[in-house]
Amino acid sequence: MVDFHKHLDAAEDAQRDIVIRAIDVKRHYHGSGGVVTKALDGVTLDVFRGEYLSIMGPSGSGKSTLFNMIGGIDSPTEGMVFIDEIDVAQLDSYELAWLRCHKIGYIFQSYNILPVLTAMENVTLPMIFAGNSPTEAREKGMAILETVGLGERAFHRPFELSGGQQQRVAVGRAIANDPVIILADEPTANLDVHTGAEIIELLEKLREERGITIISATHDMKMLDVSSRILWIRDGMVQRLEERKNLNIQIGGLEG
Amino acid sequence: MARNTDIPEQTRVSWPIVFRVSISGLQRRFGRAMITLTGVVLAIAFLCYMLVHEAFIRAMILADLDSLNILLQQNDIDIFSGGQMDPMTYLLIGLTLLTCLVGIINAMLMAVTERIKEIGTLKCLGATDQFIVRAYFVESTVQGVCGAAFGLLLGLLVAVLVTVRTYGGYTFRTFPLPAVLVSLVVSLLAGALLSITAAIIPAYMAARKQPIEALRVEE
Ligand SMILES: Nc1ncnc2c1ncn2[C@@H]1O[C@H](COP(=O)(O)OP(=O)(O)OP(=O)(O)O)[C@@H](O)[C@H]1O
Ligand SMILES: [Mg+2]
Repeated sequence: MVDFHKHLDAAEDAQRDIVIRAIDVKRHYHGSGGVVTKALDGVTLDVFRGEYLSIMGPSGSGKSTLFNMIGGIDSPTEGMVFIDEIDVAQLDSYELAWLRCHKIGYIFQSYNILPVLTAMENVTLPMIFAGNSPTEAREKGMAILETVGLGERAFHRPFELSGGQQQRVAVGRAIANDPVIILADEPTANLDVHTGAEIIELLEKLREERGITIISATHDMKMLDVSSRILWIRDGMVQRLEERKNLNIQIGGLEG
Repeated sequence: MARNTDIPEQTRVSWPIVFRVSISGLQRRFGRAMITLTGVVLAIAFLCYMLVHEAFIRAMILADLDSLNILLQQNDIDIFSGGQMDPMTYLLIGLTLLTCLVGIINAMLMAVTERIKEIGTLKCLGATDQFIVRAYFVESTVQGVCGAAFGLLLGLLVAVLVTVRTYGGYTFRTFPLPAVLVSLVVSLLAGALLSITAAIIPAYMAARKQPIEALRVEE
């Protein structure tokens, strides 16, 4: 039965559009005294357009490192990364800036909302970087803030917003330039269970309505429920990659 | 698979927009900006005071009024030197400006270090190195020029007060308007030059910060 499923998946996979392709990616850190940390040690992974991929693994397993590689934030020691068919290694700093601006939306564990800017300014800044006029940006920014449920708080500064609201601003900012991919590294880690669930719901809504590919590292079992696939990594290597539907789990059961 | 030829270059953000982003940042970090500013204000006030005061004394010596000459001599002014500042005074002014330069660089480098995560985040959002350089450059220069402007007024005010206290109405009877204006312009230029020079290193340090810093969780 399981084999049959696997077979079907493989056939399905061949049909699907690949948005990120990582080929044998390694990232080694050379520490003092010749110590080498193999944060990633040969990861090969295809991410499909419009899927919700969750990445799980114990602390130090290399989740964040993998994010940096597939988000064009850091370059691999070995191996190749293609984002929307673009070979990241060949980009100069201006092209990388363009890629980060147009193709990827980042969401961070600690929100990283710019403290001197209002919610609106935080959301419109990536549009300014993309070359939009401030007027265009403000119109679009308002629509986005309504989408993430912050229409009323558009002109508040971060210190006037709760953690969950700040993370909503971050989600809004991530979708400002209609990215292909949202990379979220433990987006709910600093939030309580309820607020975290709302953020996850919001991300899933964006995936469904706008076809944005979501890649999210998490320790949060609720996240698995909305995922299309789940990737487990351990010691910098892929341990397991599974379709959600093939996982015979009950969310409540796993949590304990 | 690779088709990198059709990647456009990231848009360069225009100066007016960089300006607005930097200024709003400065306004909202007003307290911090005031501290950096104070250093510039004091240095330029000192420079301006010295220059204007010298201009007053010179004008009074040139006026060559008997009662004024006595007053000048009573105040230990060598009226035959023409009121020229001596080399030690120039050295003192130079050192003050140098200290001020180091002060601004230090304050701006601290701002860069403090905001390392912010710079990383900006780069994740698509900011180019050029944008970061410009933003920090504007921030530092605006602080410097505002500081210089305040310093100018302060220096002028003190110079007038000090001169009036000693020489009373003679200050205005011999008021050397062109020389005072030149002193003011020199002070303003010195302040602007100072803050622009001080901005260069921190701005480039900021641009060199990597986006990976944005992901580092502090604690
Ligand atoms: N800049 C660095 N220099 C040296 N070693 C590093 C560096 N960054 C990460 N590492 C190491 O790489 C390994 C993987 O780190 P990574 O941050 O990817 O883990 P993670 O799975 O995200 O963990 P967590 O769940 O705690 O966030 C760890 O052993 C870490 O110590
Ligand atoms: Mg991590």
